[in-house]
Amino acid sequence: MDGSERDGGATPGAPELSDRDAELVEELLAGSHRALARVITRIEDRAGGHRAIVSALHEHTGGADVIGITGSPGAGKSTLVDKLAAAYRERGDTVGVVAVDPSSPYTGGAVLGDRIRMGSNVGDMDVFFRSMSARGQLGGLSMATADAVKALDAFGKDAVIVETVGAGQNEVDVVRTADTVAVLVQPGSGDDVQTLKAGILEIGDVFVVNKADMDGAERTLAELEEMVHRREGPTKGLETGHHGFDAPEHPDDPEGSDGSDHSDGAGDGEGDEAEEAPPEWTPKVLRTVANTGEGVEELIGAFDAHAAHLRESGEIEETKRRRYAEEIRTLVRSDVGALAAGEIERRGGIDRLAESVRKRETDPYSVAAEVVAPIVDCVEADGE
Amino acid sequence: MSVEQEERAIRCLVAKVGLDGHDRGAHVIARAFRDAGFEVVYSGLHRAPEDIVQAAVQEDVDVLGISILSGAHNTLVPKVIEGLKEYDAFEDTLILVGGIVPDDDETELKQLGVAEVFGPGTPMEETVEFIRNNVPERA
Repeated sequence: MDGSERDGGATPGAPELSDRDAELVEELLAGSHRALARVITRIEDRAGGHRAIVSALHEHTGGADVIGITGSPGAGKSTLVDKLAAAYRERGDTVGVVAVDPSSPYTGGAVLGDRIRMGSNVGDMDVFFRSMSARGQLGGLSMATADAVKALDAFGKDAVIVETVGAGQNEVDVVRTADTVAVLVQPGSGDDVQTLKAGILEIGDVFVVNKADMDGAERTLAELEEMVHRREGPTKGLETGHHGFDAPEHPDDPEGSDGSDHSDGAGDGEGDEAEEAPPEWTPKVLRTVANTGEGVEELIGAFDAHAAHLRESGEIEETKRRRYAEEIRTLVRSDVGALAAGEIERRGGIDRLAESVRKRETDPYSVAAEVVAPIVDCVEADGE
Repeated sequence: MSVEQEERAIRCLVAKVGLDGHDRGAHVIARAFRDAGFEVVYSGLHRAPEDIVQAAVQEDVDVLGISILSGAHNTLVPKVIEGLKEYDAFEDTLILVGGIVPDDDETELKQLGVAEVFGPGTPMEETVEFIRNNVPERA
């Protein structure tokens, strides 16, 4: 987009931190809420300088448990996040929350309403709650969220919760920046559970039936249990390890775990498990009533269990490597994209190029090759 | 499309402070701000001044709009302003008050640091325009 800015100076290895930004980073690390808030704004704006800030913060991260919470609108995410934050606070942990809401694609405006539900934590500065809007960024949202989580992590939060509506690839990317992902479902959403299969099921480490005091909760629980234990195939290739034979017990849900456990045990998992040391995590299915706080303790227990599993099995390293690989790819893609955009401008703009293709003077493949040629030349010259 | 495209948006906190439970005005304002392309955080009802300060600081808003229809503005607004100063957030936050405020009080509030007071019947465009023209410049 803004190729002009990049033409000028050669970008050095590490982005340069301006004096004022260095001060901001220092203040953040010293515990200034204002500095933390300001850093997140810089990250959100994707304004110049945020890269240097995030890279300066990176070495201070890694201390927080990052939890992603997703689910359809009205499932009770915000209310549950509020109760979770309060429960973390009760045991002495500090909490950061990033709540992502959609924004209007037309005006860019947004009403960020998640804060209203944060009734249990108002006035408690050790719960740092930040609303973010999607701002129509393609692929940039997950990057901005991941960077905001880093800021909260570097600030010293023990737990960081990322909350988002699970409505599309963008949102799925967002929760994937978390170590542990909880998917919220409300009772009676039989067909919704079906739709969960596509995409969301694979990312859930914990499934939560919220509003479990409502009709249909048992059935939804049972359906989820069944699905969790039948999940195989597409995810297998993506994850290391095999389907575990020691599926954890399923509290207070005998019917659900009963049938499915058998089908699981009889399946492929058991045989080759012996040589592969770490057992795979089998997603837990829990019930909560966020309004009253029922089940919140158990949910935190499940988060802790998953975090412990990640550490013990060594999976956390794999997860983090995969996430950083994705971040590197996104950044490189965007930088190279910007270089190419600048080259397109120099060649008369995308409209002129498209027009010449329309007139059959050239074709898209040739145009692309021409645009990329200078970049290719540089890379090849460098390689020699 | 580049990830690095700058995406600046005006962020506002629409806040209800104290015991006043009339939030129709706040809702209407929140929607108008949204439609103007702002990002609006709504505080919810019956917030204490400290809660508003917490939200304004954490959300790093450019604009804090306080809606008070109870007549308690002389008690509540100074507390909010004090809190913002404590967190070093007073200087670059545009503070607006909406509601029923007598002229004498308005002068006083403005001396405290409130940028403008909007009474009943103020056209939405006027408020939005005021924000666009006066939002603090942040480097």
